[in-house]
Amino acid sequence: MDFLRPTTWAEALEARAAFPGAVAIAGGTDVMVGINFGRLRPASLLDLTRVAGLQEWGTEDGAVRLGAGVSYARVIGELGDRLPGLAMAARTIGSPQIRNRGTVAGNLATASPAGDAHPALLAADAEVEVASVRGTRRMPVRDFYTGVKRTALAPDELIAAVSVVPPSGPQQFSKIGTRNAMVVSVAAFGLALHPDRRAVGTGIGSAAPTPRRAPAAEEFLAGELTSAGLWESRAELPEATAARFGELVAAAAAPIDDVRGTARYRVHALSVIARRALTWAWADYRNDPAKEI
Amino acid sequence: MSAPTRVPAGAPEHLTGPGSGGVGDDAERPDGVLKVRGEFAYGSDLWMADMLWGATLRSPHPYARIRSVDTSAALATPGVRAVLTADDVPGEKVYGLELADQPVLALDVVRYQGEPVALVAADHPETARLAATRIRVDYEVWEPVTDARTALGHRTGNQVHDSAPEVTELSRENAHLHPQGNLVRHLKIRKGDPAPAADVVVVGEYEVGMQDQAFLGPESGLAVPAEDGGVELHVATQWLHVDQRQICSALGLPPGQVRLTLAGVGGAFGGREDLSMHVHACLLALRTGRPVKMSYNREESFFGHVHRHPATMRYEHGATRDGQLVYVKAEIYFDGGAYASSTPAVVGNGGTMGIGPYVVPSVHVDCYGAYTNNPPCGAMRGFGSVQTAFGYESQMDALAAELGMDPVELRCRNAMEQGSTTPTGQVVDSPAPVAELLRRLAAMPLPTRDDGGEVDLRDMPGGVSNTTHGEGVRRGVGYAVAYKNVGFSEGYDDYSTARVRLEVVGGEPTATVHTAAAEVGQGLVTVEQQIARTELGVERVVVHPKDTTVGSAGSTSASRQTYVTGGAVKAACEAVREQVLARAQRLVGRTVPDLRLAGGAVVSDSEDITVPLADLLGDDVLEETLEWRHRPTEAIDPETGQGFAHVQYAFSAHRAVVDVDTELGLVKVVEMACTQDVGKAINPQAVIGQIQGGTAQGLGLAVMEEILIKDGTVRNPSFTDYLIPTILDMPPMRIEVLEYADPHAPYGLRGVGEAPNISSGPAVLAAIRAATGLPLARVPVRPEHLTGT
Ligand SMILES: Cc1cc2nc3c(=O)[nH]c(=O)nc-3n(C[C@H](O)[C@H](O)[C@H](O)COP(=O)(O)OP(=O)(O)OC[C@H]3O[C@@H](n4cnc5c(N)ncnc54)[C@H](O)[C@@H]3O)c2cc1C
Repeated sequence: MDFLRPTTWAEALEARAAFPGAVAIAGGTDVMVGINFGRLRPASLLDLTRVAGLQEWGTEDGAVRLGAGVSYARVIGELGDRLPGLAMAARTIGSPQIRNRGTVAGNLATASPAGDAHPALLAADAEVEVASVRGTRRMPVRDFYTGVKRTALAPDELIAAVSVVPPSGPQQFSKIGTRNAMVVSVAAFGLALHPDRRAVGTGIGSAAPTPRRAPAAEEFLAGELTSAGLWESRAELPEATAARFGELVAAAAAPIDDVRGTARYRVHALSVIARRALTWAWADYRNDPAKEI
Repeated sequence: MSAPTRVPAGAPEHLTGPGSGGVGDDAERPDGVLKVRGEFAYGSDLWMADMLWGATLRSPHPYARIRSVDTSAALATPGVRAVLTADDVPGEKVYGLELADQPVLALDVVRYQGEPVALVAADHPETARLAATRIRVDYEVWEPVTDARTALGHRTGNQVHDSAPEVTELSRENAHLHPQGNLVRHLKIRKGDPAPAADVVVVGEYEVGMQDQAFLGPESGLAVPAEDGGVELHVATQWLHVDQRQICSALGLPPGQVRLTLAGVGGAFGGREDLSMHVHACLLALRTGRPVKMSYNREESFFGHVHRHPATMRYEHGATRDGQLVYVKAEIYFDGGAYASSTPAVVGNGGTMGIGPYVVPSVHVDCYGAYTNNPPCGAMRGFGSVQTAFGYESQMDALAAELGMDPVELRCRNAMEQGSTTPTGQVVDSPAPVAELLRRLAAMPLPTRDDGGEVDLRDMPGGVSNTTHGEGVRRGVGYAVAYKNVGFSEGYDDYSTARVRLEVVGGEPTATVHTAAAEVGQGLVTVEQQIARTELGVERVVVHPKDTTVGSAGSTSASRQTYVTGGAVKAACEAVREQVLARAQRLVGRTVPDLRLAGGAVVSDSEDITVPLADLLGDDVLEETLEWRHRPTEAIDPETGQGFAHVQYAFSAHRAVVDVDTELGLVKVVEMACTQDVGKAINPQAVIGQIQGGTAQGLGLAVMEEILIKDGTVRNPSFTDYLIPTILDMPPMRIEVLEYADPHAPYGLRGVGEAPNISSGPAVLAAIRAATGLPLARVPVRPEHLTGT
């Protein structure tokens, strides 16, 4: 097995184009599991950990641009205020060792329906920046997932970065697992309130062939908040609204029965965590009048 | 005696360690520093320059007939040195711990998914695995039998074994067993009134899923062909001599030509009592004339060892209105899977101790072990008692509820004590402080609730996954008590052998302890040192590598090694000490009655005598080897189950406090408290470690650990989906250790390792019931059970 070690982004893209059988490796927390279980026998590995600049994040046009090589540990440690939903999701991923190595880009490229970054990225309307020797393109994260563990990445493309606009309102992330840490999610939910746009963002994990949003729930809640003047008044959220929101989120799911849980449980659990996430987010919104919209 | 041997890298060395401390001290482990530093060599670290790697081809089907096996493509793979099938097994083609019924390599029928069919040895492990996939096996796939009752015809079904397996001479307690069809063993207890009646009757049915030992060091070993035509096997195992017996039989070699050394063991919990790669590596080494290493990966490990028997149980408890038990009837089914392994003995424990540590005048138990096409089940910590404890303790809670009594009070009212008679008619002849264990637990303060301050997610069900900030959370408290036999029962000749040497090395008196007792992480090597220090009054004690150049120590299981091998080491030390003191008498020239060994010298309290061992021994080496036995037990009556079945009991009790998110069905165990009588804590710190570990393993079974099987096929053979508790699942503990000496045991000690594994899970289950009000008849409890989804 060849081990390609580009040190610049241009070299990385050239290698990607030149070796179609190569598997990119960042933190290796998915790739090495595949190799150890004998599911993956790549002709070569394309190591991205030495690529200059890939481990950095910065702000660009008001958005945080997260380089593909930034670890979860750094998202938690350095970006908890700017990307709260993603940082909350990152906190639930694996163990400290996994968070020290694993990356959001790796989570994206694996595109497991159970990947925990996805619901947070979907709720926050993140954009994925992908590149090849042919050039760079950006797409909304919702267009990135094309099927079960399939993505919009072309064979010669790499993920360069993820861009997320820092929120104008509260965000939440909640994940069900059958153990209190280090567990693959049985269902996960990401929520972002966007008071600036009078909009709501959602993301569902582990409950459909791909990560997905709950558009009906988003529209319902945004509509309720607007029609009742709640964006401005920050008054108490009616319980029935939260409950209905939970039901609509659950209705957007299309889960299966597997070793981790039944489809029925997933639907039920989603309705509960979506409702709770909303009540927490709304409490945050109410307690934070300083933040102008 | 034996031919010259080559020693692989990673073979065990003599352990001394920096430690000190005798019996009753928190002595340091001699292997502790190595383990903490990551320098300890485990079986998977074994290495030799010219070694080959072995790989195993396993059946993908739980039940099938093999029409043909074609190895030609595998043999033609460059780098492959041997491909072997059942035809290449020179000796007996079947083996087993108690019954020889399991093929070394599949014969004409495979009976479980993962059954070994063929072996490959190659220059590289990748080549070996690749070649294994090139072996063509033509299977006629059969419908598997996957339910114990069905297998026994208690529901309709076909037979997995059409002929009765043969009873081997090493059978433990199955002298009265007459296996037929799918029945491995049926144990009956008939005591007291055959048709009892009672004021209050509670009936319940319970189910326990299949737990795995989940030890961290996968099955590994290295077989080295010897010049005398024999083989040296370095292997991570639990009982060198029972391995040796089975390997000799399969290889057709005498014991002198099959020499075993214990490699570093990364946990066992019963899962290494059966053979795994042992015979396979030896076959490949003898065929190729090269050392052969085999080391399973995690997935193969799930198929490479037996698991804990799943069980279904029906209990009927009758009591007076004031809470005195009148009778218990129980019907217990253990699913033994495809081969017998230690199912007969598991049935023995499940049946004889299946109603718990209570005094009951009339007992009627039928306990069955069955063959099915599920993965073979055998030894695991708690051995038959873990399953039944879920049943009988659930019943005690149900009875308490029916009577409107406090569950602890009900248990205490019926608790066994010294002088009580067990269901097998045995009189308990050493302390049995069951009620005291419970009362001490109940007297411990309960953990306080968080009083509305900032929520720490780590304290919540779901942890940092952020599923609740207190919504839906209800607290529950549950109690359970357990007892477990220590050592092998029902007439088994349960002995250990110890060789102890005393000499002066570099001016320092040094004892060397040599036993074949497997150190699997529990700290027996420390105990061996402590006993030698106490008995011989020397500081420096060397632990010789564990191997078959000394006699059998019996199994590292049944909570028995500190008792039995500890007893053997103590006895061998005493024999050496007698020699030393006799020498001292001769030197002093008269009889001094109170000569003893202390501080590396022979001393007397009555006279001013100090003879340093260095002077007394000079260059002489004093050595004693002896076998030591606990008092004998006896087989139980096959029709009534009566008899002196067990040599000793261990008792423990748990109180669990849990928070349950009742809406999401997620559980956070808030605190575990444990009381246990250990007779004498030989190493108090190690005792605490056993209680914590056993508690965690029991908690795991209650809330998450299960091998999920569908139609005989394992669905979660990895740590991705076979979940074991993390530090956020296992709470802090309160532990009280009692020391009521058992007058029959060395130092008065009781085996420690298993009891806490038995009472922990039922306490957690009881606490979840208390929190939710749900009846809950199955473990592990899943969120679906708690939410009705
Ligand atoms: C013990 C353990 C626990 C885990 N727990 C969780 C969990 O709780 N939640 C969760 O979501 N995941 C979990 N994972 C999975 C894994 O950690 C995540 O998916 C992680 O985000 C992968 O990131 P990585 O950098 O390690 O990816 P890698 O393993 O390096 O790569 C993953 C995939 O991404 C591709 N890739 C990586 N970088 C790029 C790039 N720049 N451009 C294009 N393709 C790229 C690789 O080719 C590969 O296909 C766990 C894994 C382990 C081993």
